Amino acid sequence: MKKILSILVRNRPGVLSHVAGLVTRRGYNVESIAAGPTENQAVTRITLVVSGDGAMLDQVAKQVGKLVDVISLEDLPLEEAMTGELAIITVNVDRGRRAEMLNLINLLGLTLTDIRDDSLSVMAAGTAKSVHMAITGLQPFGIRALARTGLVALSRPGDPMATGQEDEQ
Amino acid sequence: MKEKPKRKAVKAKKVELVTAPRNGAQVIIDFLKSAGTEVIFGYPGGQVIPLYDALYDSGLRHVLARHEQGAIHAADGYARASGKVGVVIATSGPGATNLVTGLATAHMDSVPLLAITGQVPTTSLGNDSFQEADIYGISIPITKYNYLVKDPALLPSILQEAHYLAGSGRCGPVLVDIPKDIQTTLITAASGPSDLPDKQNGSRFSEQQLEAMIEALTLSQRPVIYLGGGATLTGVGPDILTLAEKLDIAVVTTLQAKGVFPDSHPLSLGLPGMHGSKYANLAINESDLIVGLGVRFDDRVVGNVRRFAPLARIVHVDIDPAEIGKRLAVDVAVVGDLREVLPKVLAKIKKSSRPEWRQRLTELRTLYPMEVPASSGTIKPQAAIKTLSDLCNGGAIVVTDVGQHQMWAAQYFQCEQPRHFLSSGGLGTMGYGLPAAIGAQLARPDRPVVLVTGDGSFQMNIQELATVVENELPVKIMLINNGCLGMVRQWQQFFFNRRYSQTVFRYNPDFAGLAKAYGLDSKKISKPKEVDRALDWLINNPGPTFLEVEVDTEENVLPMIPAGQGQTDFFEVAEDEQ
Ligand SMILES: Cc1ncc(C[n+]2csc(CCOP(=O)(O)OP(=O)(O)O)c2C)c(N)n1
Ligand SMILES: [Mg+2]
Repeated sequence: MKKILSILVRNRPGVLSHVAGLVTRRGYNVESIAAGPTENQAVTRITLVVSGDGAMLDQVAKQVGKLVDVISLEDLPLEEAMTGELAIITVNVDRGRRAEMLNLINLLGLTLTDIRDDSLSVMAAGTAKSVHMAITGLQPFGIRALARTGLVALSRPGDPMATGQEDEQ
Repeated sequence: MKEKPKRKAVKAKKVELVTAPRNGAQVIIDFLKSAGTEVIFGYPGGQVIPLYDALYDSGLRHVLARHEQGAIHAADGYARASGKVGVVIATSGPGATNLVTGLATAHMDSVPLLAITGQVPTTSLGNDSFQEADIYGISIPITKYNYLVKDPALLPSILQEAHYLAGSGRCGPVLVDIPKDIQTTLITAASGPSDLPDKQNGSRFSEQQLEAMIEALTLSQRPVIYLGGGATLTGVGPDILTLAEKLDIAVVTTLQAKGVFPDSHPLSLGLPGMHGSKYANLAINESDLIVGLGVRFDDRVVGNVRRFAPLARIVHVDIDPAEIGKRLAVDVAVVGDLREVLPKVLAKIKKSSRPEWRQRLTELRTLYPMEVPASSGTIKPQAAIKTLSDLCNGGAIVVTDVGQHQMWAAQYFQCEQPRHFLSSGGLGTMGYGLPAAIGAQLARPDRPVVLVTGDGSFQMNIQELATVVENELPVKIMLINNGCLGMVRQWQQFFFNRRYSQTVFRYNPDFAGLAKAYGLDSKKISKPKEVDRALDWLINNPGPTFLEVEVDTEENVLPMIPAGQGQTDFFEVAEDEQ
């Protein structure tokens, strides 16, 4: 099972160490962790994707919710939340295959960010699925280097689907 | 339900506006005074010289330990005995790292501590400077929260927040790391409004949950209250007494709750779990309702999760939502402060008696009594502790170290009041006892403080005898000398074929002589007939007093449920082993 936790924290030095330290220390499986500013500069949003069995995932949410800096925590249903990811990919391409490659880039809707004699770099942004598709599509050319941000997510405005984790009912 | 961001300001009282500019060190001292600090425990060094300079003529009492570990355990003992926030100061680097065990000890048992460490100046941070250690990073997993102060203007609000966090909600240690230049910088700022998300006093139970708890209590025929550290922290002893007596509920108390419910009460079953009495564990086993109050269903109590209280529904009340369902699925969960929950329960519950359950409890006690083993030439530690208990008659604060002597004290020392039994439960820190006894005596000069220690544990912070004498603390020390690391030796005897690997001392110092050299009145006994007189002397001799009690090496703590086993899997010691 997988869980996306969308966490608002006080923007304090060390707050990421507290969150990251907690999830690794307690042995939870972290798939990704992404942090960045929000509409309020005093507040940071962390999107944490964890996997494990149900009881363990409940514990992750509770333990994170307990951290002093955590202002609120939402448990976002995977299928319904708005999610997105970004990847930068450098692919080996010799001149002979460049046209074929540019075609593929177009088809996948990727942004070209660098071009060399023997390589191309592109940026893929979209849902986790589309980023995954871009990576598999480029794989046959030989991926030289890859960076992914990990998932960021928001609940849909006004949608009551997001569940607060801290109610015990 | 979607939880709304809570942005309430901290309710702790505001530091008054600063008139004259003061340096950081003075800000710290003034803050401690305004927070009502009576005594600070600590040890100086290069990076806290400015702080000690501000302390010099502040009028605040400072107790100089002989090791930073001693200082922090003393602050811990002070906090446990008084219910106030304990304060400890150490210098950077080795001073700060010497606090680590004390922080972890306090963290595991939810003890309110404020640890202030010096740090190298902000300009040298991160350069592997002399005596630089990243105590901020080191202490993240063993504190409730921690700070590295980089901006002098934030110092006042950080101190206020730290102190508040330590002593509120589920209490715990909070560390503030303060670089030397912050201590010497002039600070004009007062503490501003806090942006702390306030969830410390967050009772979040619903009426339904409360109703479910009340219904479970009403329907139960064989209820057991399982009382933990949260009951000590909240001081709800009287409410629990009323509840138990109103419904005839048996009460088991963990190490951290000992004394909240009087050990002498007919409904008290004492310690549950690994070294609990057979009757306590059998009662849990037969019970149809377990009401956990401020507990965490620790493995030393529960053993095998699947075989814990097999017939019982489980109600769990705790302030910490993360404790609910952590080790064990519960039927009714109430996230809340016991001080709020219990009065509401009491208001709605009607008195009803359970004579059959009472009778069964009496039966269990008679069938499986906690007997003091008969002595044969040598002193039985259980008997010595029983005698000590009778002499103290419920009035003394008992502090223990860790090992067999700790468990014998838990089993045989009768405790009638909360905060009168101080022991490192969660971390099981050998060396905790002596410094914690110092803190307890400073917190409660009106009470006799008795330390029950072992020959192993005592040597882990023995240097604090100097602190005892220097401060003229009339601490009474009873050292149970079995010549070994008894608790580990017992496990080797039971589970490792008596292969006593590195647990039996081939040499021990003359403890009574050592205590005398430090300036305590001291004695040693080894015969059963000496026990009564010697203990009487120990308790009634004015001033710091030490008694060494020599006992058999192969004495064991029984009953015992081996780790991870079921509630009734009492270990049977073979005839020739006894
Ligand atoms: C700091 C520390 N190190 C090791 C242990 C493991 N340990 C638990 S009990 C024990 C023996 C304690 O010996 P002593 O203080 O003489 O007590 P006894 O069991 O003999 O009564 C040991 C080594 C511990 N709890 N704490
Ligand atoms: Mg020993």
